[in-house]
Amino acid sequence: MPGRVQSVERAAAILQILAVEQEPVSLAHLAGALDLAKTTVHGLVQTLRDVGFVDQDAESGCYSVGADLLHLGAAPLDRNELRARAINWTDALAGHTHEAALVARYEAGEALVVHHVFRPDASVQSLQTGSARPLHATALGKAILAHDPRAARTINDGALESHTYRTVVDPPRLHRELADVRDTGWAASVEEWRPGLASIAAPVRDRSGYVVAAVGIEGPVDSICDPRQRPRAALAEHVVDAARAVSRELGHGRRG
Amino acid sequence: MSRSVVAAIDQGTTSTRCLLFDHAGRMVSVAQRQHRQIYPRPGWVEHDAEEIWGLVRELLPQALEDAGLGPEDIAGLGITNQRETTVVWDRDSGRPVAPAVVWQDTRTAGQLDALTDHLDPAELLRRTGLPLSPYPSGPKLRWLLDSDADLRARAERGELLFGTMDTWLVWNLTGGRLHVTDPTNASRTLLMDLETMQWDPELLAALHVPAAMLPEIRPSIGELATTVEPLAGIPISAVLGDQQASLFGQAAFDPGDAKCTFGTGTFLLMNTGPDIVRSGSGLITTVAVSEEGAPPVYALEGSVAVAGALVEWCRTSLSLVRSPAEIETLARTVDDCGGCYVVPAFAGLFAPHWEPSAQGIVVGLTGYTTKGHIARAVLEACAWQAKDVIDAMVADAGVPIASLAVDGGMTANNLLMQTLADVLDVPVIRPMMAESVALGAAYAAGLAVGYWPDRQVLRANWHRAAEWRSQIGPVERERAHALWSAAVRLAIGWGHARLG
Repeated sequence: MPGRVQSVERAAAILQILAVEQEPVSLAHLAGALDLAKTTVHGLVQTLRDVGFVDQDAESGCYSVGADLLHLGAAPLDRNELRARAINWTDALAGHTHEAALVARYEAGEALVVHHVFRPDASVQSLQTGSARPLHATALGKAILAHDPRAARTINDGALESHTYRTVVDPPRLHRELADVRDTGWAASVEEWRPGLASIAAPVRDRSGYVVAAVGIEGPVDSICDPRQRPRAALAEHVVDAARAVSRELGHGRRG
Repeated sequence: MSRSVVAAIDQGTTSTRCLLFDHAGRMVSVAQRQHRQIYPRPGWVEHDAEEIWGLVRELLPQALEDAGLGPEDIAGLGITNQRETTVVWDRDSGRPVAPAVVWQDTRTAGQLDALTDHLDPAELLRRTGLPLSPYPSGPKLRWLLDSDADLRARAERGELLFGTMDTWLVWNLTGGRLHVTDPTNASRTLLMDLETMQWDPELLAALHVPAAMLPEIRPSIGELATTVEPLAGIPISAVLGDQQASLFGQAAFDPGDAKCTFGTGTFLLMNTGPDIVRSGSGLITTVAVSEEGAPPVYALEGSVAVAGALVEWCRTSLSLVRSPAEIETLARTVDDCGGCYVVPAFAGLFAPHWEPSAQGIVVGLTGYTTKGHIARAVLEACAWQAKDVIDAMVADAGVPIASLAVDGGMTANNLLMQTLADVLDVPVIRPMMAESVALGAAYAAGLAVGYWPDRQVLRANWHRAAEWRSQIGPVERERAHALWSAAVRLAIGWGHARLG
């Protein structure tokens, strides 16, 4: 029988401890529970964080079981399945807001558009399905960033690209904004990706509450925002309603 | 707020849905449940009508609850349904006396001549607009009555009622008070005269159908009654067959307007106005809609039995995918069909070929072929079959189409929509409500009760949600079309060879 790898055993023990704790656990608590040096545990738990098996709270520095780990056994939602489930509610969203409606999900460091409903007017438009949006500069991207630890990790390393003079490229400022997104339930971007373009988006959750996509609207700043360039609350409400409806379609908040 | 929404019950082949719509035609709520598909023998397809009524009893209250509304908020209820599916029930007990025979069921194939007492098919076509095929309810009904002497006797005594799903649902919704249908459904029985829009006594005699068991034919648009079950007080104000409903939901109100629905099958309909247009290319002539005090509107129809059903077969019988939407994911693992073609002639080939003996084939297999290629060939088959009926309709209408309006669940499949644009070489346009069947029933119900003042308002609700344009050249298109046509000939030839 080959010898056991000690660090794997220890990593498993860390996950077992985190799994039974209700609240996020501090490094000192972990080290005490395992009777190991803090430096040893720190190296292990940081690696677990980097691969997404452990989440670290930005403020307290405490650790908890990563959302990725909870989803390890579950089959990921198919991109085309997501569109099929979202199609009726994105039609209604475009109808209510008179703007283009989109669904995007995290793929390879970007928000990939998986569904697009034209703005309901006579203008010539082309399908955006299959195109990508930068995570930090669009509402769809931010709604995902704020909730998906895999996506969030991609902005931890490397500089944030500036798309317009309004793109948020300062990581602390972006993190504050993402905290706001988690509080309000929706994200916005005003000319942060393309001049003249604004967007509002909200997270879509699956049965377990995991954020699997974002749904939102995209359009001219003048129609998405009020004269003071703030996203219109009524539009945000429609976006949040649509996100809730699609989430319900995916089994979120359903009884049984 | 009083009467704030219009409701539609969409009783389809695989599922039943209840949807609520607001003034702008936006979906407010939807509740949906699938029902069982019963395959007792090859070629037979049955539904349990009681199960379906049970679902409607659940779904109507659920759709209202989801929207936070009550029955008093519904201005009008439209019923739309899978057509031709045949239900027979006991007038007193309200219980079905046999499984519902579904439109796809081919048990009458090969006996159609006898089931119509050898009436000249050309004369049948002239009176009813229908080529002789296993679809219509009339021969299905006769088959049921012929199969059981007791049923026949009870039918002759007036104890049994016949109806398509619309009739069955309205009868139950009204607590057994109303036994009615509309011309869009009645035109699919092989028993109704297209011109008079009444049951034809000679056809009833030829098909041995007692007149007493037939529902009264009422206009599609018009107040019928108020519901008793499962919630009281909802005005039922429209009844339309599903494909006619989707034509209406696409706001295709004028002659020349057409739409193509991708559901279980593919259904192409073109509004021909008050004229009964006869097809020279194997299409069906049918009623598009009727309204009290207005001349009926007719349509040409080209329907393909197997489209979504082919994808569903890939899921259930081949386990290629876990959900219908995943067929696109699988198909996108390859760039083309790799020379593989699928002709899904599961129940023969109908419009525009009318080869009931044809059987399904997969051709062009090599060691190179993967399940991705087959998935791609499946989607391409759906597109090519649509092209075949569209070409037939263009031949009948005498003018090429400038674009194709599409709807139905399969329009969520972007690869299918792109392939369709590629093979047709015209823009494919999805309107903002892909659920145009339910929307059409809601539109009709809302018009009947004055929720919407006129059709012009409904036209203004129509918006383009997506558009696909061809991305291939004429050489590639022609070559692929030639191969598809060759595959269709093989499927037909196989059918002939099989029967000797």
